[in-house]
Amino acid sequence: MTGSDATLQKVSAPDTVKILIAGGFGVGKTTMVGSVSEIVPLRTEEPLTTAGLGIDDLNGIEEKKATTVALDFGRITVSQDLVLYLFGTPGQQRFWFMWNDLAVGALGAVVLVDVRRPESSFAAIDFFERRKIPFVIGVNGFYGEHPYEPEEIRESLALPEDAQVLLCDARERGSCRDVLIALIDQLIATTARGSHPSPP
Amino acid sequence: MPPRGAVPSARRTAASEVSGGDTAGRLVRPFTLTGGRTQPERGDFTLITMVTAAPPPPGGGARLQPEHTRILRLCREPVVVAELATRLDLPVSVVSILLCDLLAAERIVVQPPRAVSRTLDLELLQKVRQGLDRL
Repeated sequence: MTGSDATLQKVSAPDTVKILIAGGFGVGKTTMVGSVSEIVPLRTEEPLTTAGLGIDDLNGIEEKKATTVALDFGRITVSQDLVLYLFGTPGQQRFWFMWNDLAVGALGAVVLVDVRRPESSFAAIDFFERRKIPFVIGVNGFYGEHPYEPEEIRESLALPEDAQVLLCDARERGSCRDVLIALIDQLIATTARGSHPSPP
Repeated sequence: MPPRGAVPSARRTAASEVSGGDTAGRLVRPFTLTGGRTQPERGDFTLITMVTAAPPPPGGGARLQPEHTRILRLCREPVVVAELATRLDLPVSVVSILLCDLLAAERIVVQPPRAVSRTLDLELLQKVRQGLDRL
């Protein structure tokens, strides 16, 4: 098949799927995207919609200079016919309204946590829990240090026992890959068990 | 506030209307490309929707805006909306509107992302797993 005849309609572009990389501001989302992406993370900037601005106002956040939401993403070509995109969700909580769009059709999410300020990732955890979107926790050890055990972190985040908490280093490709694999394995296990949470 | 010396006053007025009086001139301009539209007419375009240029119609079809032509150049090979937006340095919302125009003119073919329900497809997941293993 070539791209120049009437079969173009059927010349298959690769299928696309996505995983979200979430967590608080400055927790290492873009670093993680960059570590596993085959391209330098790309950035798109969205002007805030009027709806978004309205919500901002309701939240009582007066910071008006932020007129755009930046979205960083990367790409992993899984096979000839399947490409995985990784999207770093906007870190600031006031941009949660964008997460809805981002979450639609996502396989799942990695919520990165910085143990020095875990509360910055609470909103992300809540978001995925409420929508029953599968996720794993990646504890990004800054300077590669991990002062807490996964079990302690699970407890402090009030996560269920079956929630996966993985220690990682967002700068390391292998480490990030392992977190993504843990998420996929979780999805595979859930699918194989046939116990699907209801769709978001 | 960005320097505005070179901006004609007519555009400045239009810009402030679109932005609700905001000062972000750089961001406002893109919506002039869409004739002031801020919402796409159809929801075909997600961030990971694949877009591919279609063969030009006999006779070349209707005249296109330069931005439309740029998009067609960039999607000779399949490309997702998010990447298009980055390469065009335009917001996804603006690109989606321009893509609607091109779709209506039958100048592009779109492929929606792989449908993901919570009843996930084991074969798809295995494929992703294998791809990650190779990283």
